[in-house]
This record gives sequence, C-alpha cells and structure tokens, in this order.
Amino acid sequence: MPTSRWLPYLLIAPASVFLAVFFAVPLVQTIVLSFDGGTAGLWGNYQRMLGDLNFNASLRNTFMLVLTVVPLQMMLAIGMGLMLQKMQKGRDVVLWIWTIPLGVSDLAAGLVWLAILQNTGYLNTVLFHLGVIDGPTAWLNSETPVTLFIAVVVAEIWRSTAVVLVIIVAGLQLIPKEFGEAADIFGASAWQKLTRVTLPMLKPSLQSALILRTVLAFEVFAAVYAIGGRNIPVLVGEAYVWQRENQNYSVAAAYAVLIMVISLAATAVYLRLLRQKPEAQA
Amino acid sequence: MTKPAGSSLKSWLYGSGVAVLCVWVLLPIGLIGLGAFGGRPAVYQWPKTLMPASLSLDQLAVFLKIEGVWNAALNSVLAASMTMIMALLLGAPAGYALARFSFRGATMFRLMILLTRAFPLAILALPLTVLFIRAGLYDTAFGVSLVHTALALPFAAMITASLFAGIPRELEEAAWVFGCTRWQAFVKVVLPLALPGMAAAAIFAFVISWNEVFAASVLTVQQRTLTAYLLTVLSESPLHYRFAGGFILIVPSVVFIFAVRRYLFALWGVTSR
Repeated sequence: MPTSRWLPYLLIAPASVFLAVFFAVPLVQTIVLSFDGGTAGLWGNYQRMLGDLNFNASLRNTFMLVLTVVPLQMMLAIGMGLMLQKMQKGRDVVLWIWTIPLGVSDLAAGLVWLAILQNTGYLNTVLFHLGVIDGPTAWLNSETPVTLFIAVVVAEIWRSTAVVLVIIVAGLQLIPKEFGEAADIFGASAWQKLTRVTLPMLKPSLQSALILRTVLAFEVFAAVYAIGGRNIPVLVGEAYVWQRENQNYSVAAAYAVLIMVISLAATAVYLRLLRQKPEAQA
Repeated sequence: MTKPAGSSLKSWLYGSGVAVLCVWVLLPIGLIGLGAFGGRPAVYQWPKTLMPASLSLDQLAVFLKIEGVWNAALNSVLAASMTMIMALLLGAPAGYALARFSFRGATMFRLMILLTRAFPLAILALPLTVLFIRAGLYDTAFGVSLVHTALALPFAAMITASLFAGIPRELEEAAWVFGCTRWQAFVKVVLPLALPGMAAAAIFAFVISWNEVFAASVLTVQQRTLTAYLLTVLSESPLHYRFAGGFILIVPSVVFIFAVRRYLFALWGVTSR
C-alpha cells in the first residue's frame, strides 16, 4: 500500500499533539519547579524532602504496598480468568459481578472497608460472636500498623483486581482454541497447559496489566487516606500534604519527580522481562 | 468409580470458588449500603445485627439534600463521558499504528506514552490552573476532562495496541486481496474483533476520570466533581455521611458496568465460538 509510509505518523499525530499540550508542558514545568530551591540551591527541595519526618516511612510503606498488592492480584486475576474460561453457564453474570469493582474509586473502596473494619464494624461483630474479642476493637490507628497495612492491602486488592481481570480475559479470548486442543492431544496436564501454552500466549496482556497496575499502585493515596488518615504515610499522600497544607509546591514537585522515577524504573523492568515484538504473534 | 467422585469434588471446589469470589466482591458493597441507609444509629450499633433497625431511605436522603451533591454528580458524569470519547478517538488510532507498523519513531512514541502515565496527575494539574483560567476552561467539566484525557489516553493507546497486535495481520491482508481498502479492511475485519477490548478501554477511561480526585479539586471551585466534592466534605463529616458518600460514588459505576456487560461478554464469545 503506497500510503503505508505516512499512515502511522498520521495515526499518532492527534495523540502526540494532545499529549504535548496537556502533558509535556506541565511536566517540564514541574521538573523545573522541583529544582527551584531558591536560596537552598538546585537540590534544596530534594534535601527538604529527604529530611522530611515521614519520608522514610512513606517510601517504605509505598514499596511494601506495591510489592504485596500487585503479585497477589495478578495471581487472583489469572485464577479468575481461567475459571471464567471453564464456565459453562452464567459466565456473563459472574463476569459482570467480578468486574463491578472496575468502577469503584479508590476513595469509595477505602470507605467500604472502613465500614467493615471500623471499631463497631462488621468484622468486629463477627469476631465478637466467635469469642475472639470482648467488644469494639480498633484495628486502624497508629498503634496497630500491621492490621492497618493489611486493611489497605485488602481494600486495594478488592478494588483494583477487576482491571487486571478484564485485560487477562481480553487476552485469553485471543488465544486460538487449537493451541489448547493440540496440548490435550499431546497429553499435557492442566498445569503444563497453563505454564507452556496459556501464560506465554498471555504475555502481552500480562505485560499491559503489570505496567498499568504497578504504576497506579505507586500512586496509592485516597484508599489509604480514607482508611487510616495519615497514620500510614505514602509518597503521594506526602506530596498532597506538602501541596495543600504546607503550600510548598516545590517540595511536592520533588516528591512527584521521585514517584515518576520509581514508576519509570518499574516500567522499564517489565518491558525488558516480558519483551515482545510488534508482530510476534503473526 | 473413583474418577466421577474426583471430578465431582473438583467441580464442587470450582463452584464454591466462584461463589466465594462473588461474595468477596458483592458483600462489601452491601455492607457500605447498610451503612449508608442505616444512618448514625446503624454505624454505632454494637454488636451489629444482620439488618439494622434504622434502615430507611431517609438517612440517604439527608445526605442527598446537602447542597451541591447532585450538581457534583452531574459534573462527574459529564467529565467522565467526555474523557471516554476523547481518549478512545485519540488513543485507538495510535494503538493501531503501534501494533501494525514498524516506523521510525515508534519506540520514541511508545516511550512517550509510557512516560506520561508514570507521572502523578496531581502535580500535572497545578501548572495547568493558570493556563485554564486564561482559556476560560477553569471550573468547567470540560477542563477537568481534558486533564483526565491526558491520563486515560496512554492507556487507551496501550490497550488497543496490544489488542490489535493480537489480531493476526493475515486476516487484514486477506481482505486487501479481496479488494478492500485499508479502511474497509479495518472496519469489516479488525474492528469487530477489537470492539470488545475497545469497550474495555472505554471503561478504563471512564473509570480513570470518575475516580480522580486531585486534579478535579484543583481545577474546580463551584463545578466540583463528585469525588472532589466528597473529599472536601469528608474531612469534617461523621462516619455515616462518609459511608453515604462512598455508596453514592459506587452505585453509578455498577450501573455503568452493567450497561457495557454485553461487550465484556462478547469479548468472551470470540474464542468460544
């Protein structure tokens, strides 16, 4: 086709122009802002960030949340996707139910689990009837960091696994049925079929899902805020505080740049580990 | 004898696994619903009963009567719908280009797309405030949706790219051989295969906008979106108001997912045929 040479550029032009205006410009402004330390010099804002009382805790909490939530929800979503694939009856209903959390905001998810886990909440009622606790018990304050962390993990997995599920289901439906049938003919076990056929064929979808969720997980904030307030500091939460309460946009920008660097590094790792060529499947 | 027994145990495990996962998704929404309809007495009731005595629509109505809640909900729907349309119109062509062509600059474009999403939107909105005031976009749902589109577009492009990459190029080439133009081949062959996935991409765009709090609250004053409104109200509101707000945030999304469930199901239908 003679138009082939120019077509790709024509196709990416609208997106490129839009992103240039609404992303690149403010992005550069933010980076400039983070290095605008006034009298403190080029790295002044970063030094203030590193010296921030909550910095170490927020960095640690954010990483621990990402490293706990993302692997667990990937496994859960793959399991759910395989279950749907086997389903004979009612799969549209089940798929609909499982994808409901797609539309639940992180703020709302935090509030949902607050309703369950608060002092006079449903979990405590169940534990009370089981004889585990004697009365209303607090799980979500600064004196119970472990249960507070678990609560955030549960809320995040509850909310954001549906996104992974949709990508995986979309990927599973693109795997030709013949591949599985061929594996059956050669006597492959269910596990061999999963690890030798399904997962390798799912690679593009897994890559998309991992990048999507990891980057979003590093931005975790509203769910944490709704459940634990500032008892469990995270990076974006600290940026928010510097911005809104301290009115110091430069230190907030430094946090933003740090989060960007971490997210980029994670993305680069995934791209390298799950490398794919544009026409590998063709 | 052993084989049927084993397989019935297997199908029992399978069935209960599906059931448990359905409960895991639905029960928490039901419980925050009880919190929203039960009001203050239900929230502080101890120990809780399965059905709180105070359950009534009045409790939720009290929250809804607070000035600005309805307007905020409308703004959220407007912003999210515009985001969905713009993200797909701009993102899908780019995704197709990435999947089908190897062209000079493709890697750079891909990198740019990834770079955009690796940045928290919160900060992005701040330098835009001044620009938006000058352009008359400040405090409008459209202004919010522009920023949300910048957020959602990279995903729309990435998801559609992996979608198109998974559709064999030979199908399209066959259509060319039979005399279709590139556009016709795309519409008649690729699009039907990609449509379910594109519906999924649209859901992401809508959800990204619907869920977003910070940019929405930075860029609006009167015309707040629901999340931005709730965030400002939540900090000083009692537990039962928070649950009512959370519940109202969830309800439209359940309806929305229900509306596109046929696309999600069609996405399934392609392989099982």
